[in-house]
Amino acid sequence: MSTVVAEKVDLTPTTAGPAIREGAFGNARALACRECGHEIELGPHYACSECFGPLEIAYDFPVVTREEIEAGPRNIWRYKALLPVPTDIEQSPNMEPGFTRLLKAGNLGRELGIDNLWVKDDSTNPTNSFKDRVVACALSAATEFHSKVFACPSTGNLANAVAAAGARAGIKTVVFIPSNLETPKQVNSAVFTESLVAVNGNYDDVNKLASEIAGEEEGWAFVNVNVRPYYAEGSKTLGYEIAEQLGWRLPDQIVIPVASGSQLTKVHKAFQELIKLGLVEDKPYKVFGAQAEGCSPVSAAYKTGTDAIRPVKPDTIAKSLAIGNPADGIYVLDICRQTGGAVEDITDDEVRAGIVLLARTEGIFTETAGGTTVGVLKKLVETGQLDTTLETVVINTGHGLKTLDAIAGQVGPAATIDPSYAAFRATGLA
Amino acid sequence: MSVSVRVPTILRTYTGGESEVTASGSTLSEVLDDLDSSYAGIKARILDDNGALRRFVNVYVGNDDVRFLDDLATPTPDGTQISVIPAVAGGC
Repeated sequence: MSTVVAEKVDLTPTTAGPAIREGAFGNARALACRECGHEIELGPHYACSECFGPLEIAYDFPVVTREEIEAGPRNIWRYKALLPVPTDIEQSPNMEPGFTRLLKAGNLGRELGIDNLWVKDDSTNPTNSFKDRVVACALSAATEFHSKVFACPSTGNLANAVAAAGARAGIKTVVFIPSNLETPKQVNSAVFTESLVAVNGNYDDVNKLASEIAGEEEGWAFVNVNVRPYYAEGSKTLGYEIAEQLGWRLPDQIVIPVASGSQLTKVHKAFQELIKLGLVEDKPYKVFGAQAEGCSPVSAAYKTGTDAIRPVKPDTIAKSLAIGNPADGIYVLDICRQTGGAVEDITDDEVRAGIVLLARTEGIFTETAGGTTVGVLKKLVETGQLDTTLETVVINTGHGLKTLDAIAGQVGPAATIDPSYAAFRATGLA
Repeated sequence: MSVSVRVPTILRTYTGGESEVTASGSTLSEVLDDLDSSYAGIKARILDDNGALRRFVNVYVGNDDVRFLDDLATPTPDGTQISVIPAVAGGC
């Protein structure tokens, strides 16, 4: 190993471009490294200059009341005081995502034997996934940094959200996807942008390319690369909404899908912020992570009791969760272990079964990520890892119309008949 | 063996702002040693105190993440492109 000690050099990144306006990031104070705590001023940076660790937004929160939040718009901007966005955020054209429904899932609960179950249904966002939340925050940051291009590497849902938000905001978009992505997700992006780029490779290959481009091209805001600290904060709004919709209290248990792991860590961060701000009662809650077996590096590390997450080559129908080298995986492990939760995985057949189960019990058509979460919920019950007497929330992150191929061979007509009453009677459906 | 190394923004203070530099070595470990002889201190930014790749750094030989190959022992044939990229990106 090297014992050479670096000369003292200034490693603080510089922010090129026009000046950033006062209040551009609301109550955000700085970017702080989650690993070593080193802080730098707010800018389009994502990795710590000291240790390469992930940068997170640090805040100086004022007093925030339930009444102030409840008086806000029925979208994520009702929580703008808790996000890195300016106070006039509603004035900029954006998708106004969030405040999606929290549904009491009595039928699914009875099917699984869970007394008190809720589904947070984020498939009703403007582009039908939770990604509209994070993209709205990233768009605000890109605007404040005077970026000329709004871009992302994506497993599909993010590409949809970036392309649509960019169109609405009038900023050029370029989105990169793996070339084997489901056709509906390609169409759902291409309709909004002329610059959809299909890359021959998996998501991790696409992500590597995006990181290289972000390091070379001036003025490009890659939502989940160089403006990732701002983008990721958007997922906190899932946690805020769940608490508010439950009547300003936290659930006992929550099940969240894990791709990079960012969403799970941010929902936990949201719950902790609500406690610190006195907006909810401080109480214990358990966080569970859900993965598909064909891409389960975090679940594997959880089960073997290690902190070392070994990257994998994804092979699963749950493509929106197919991140083989999850950036926030280690933090998912910490949170699930600390709160008494777990990380679990299921097979692709169980993912398909999860999609159908949610559809036929609650009338919610979820994509493969939601099938994974519902399937894992079922497995957690069957293996005794989840307490069925406690109030539980499961997050549905996207709409099933995006991944029709996954279950096209599983569901279809019960019978094909001639147009006669006799033929109908013969089906036995009456 | 001569290889080219793509340097991430936060390490370009070591390379005088250069985004791509050349180095030599038949394995990644040798390449990093050679890189450090030209740009003192850069290796300690990529490796941790135990001499392993830092958790939040990805290194690619060609298009392949060395964690799927032989880590620091990964061969680096003449003309290879090596990329050092912060790992904290992507996903949600």
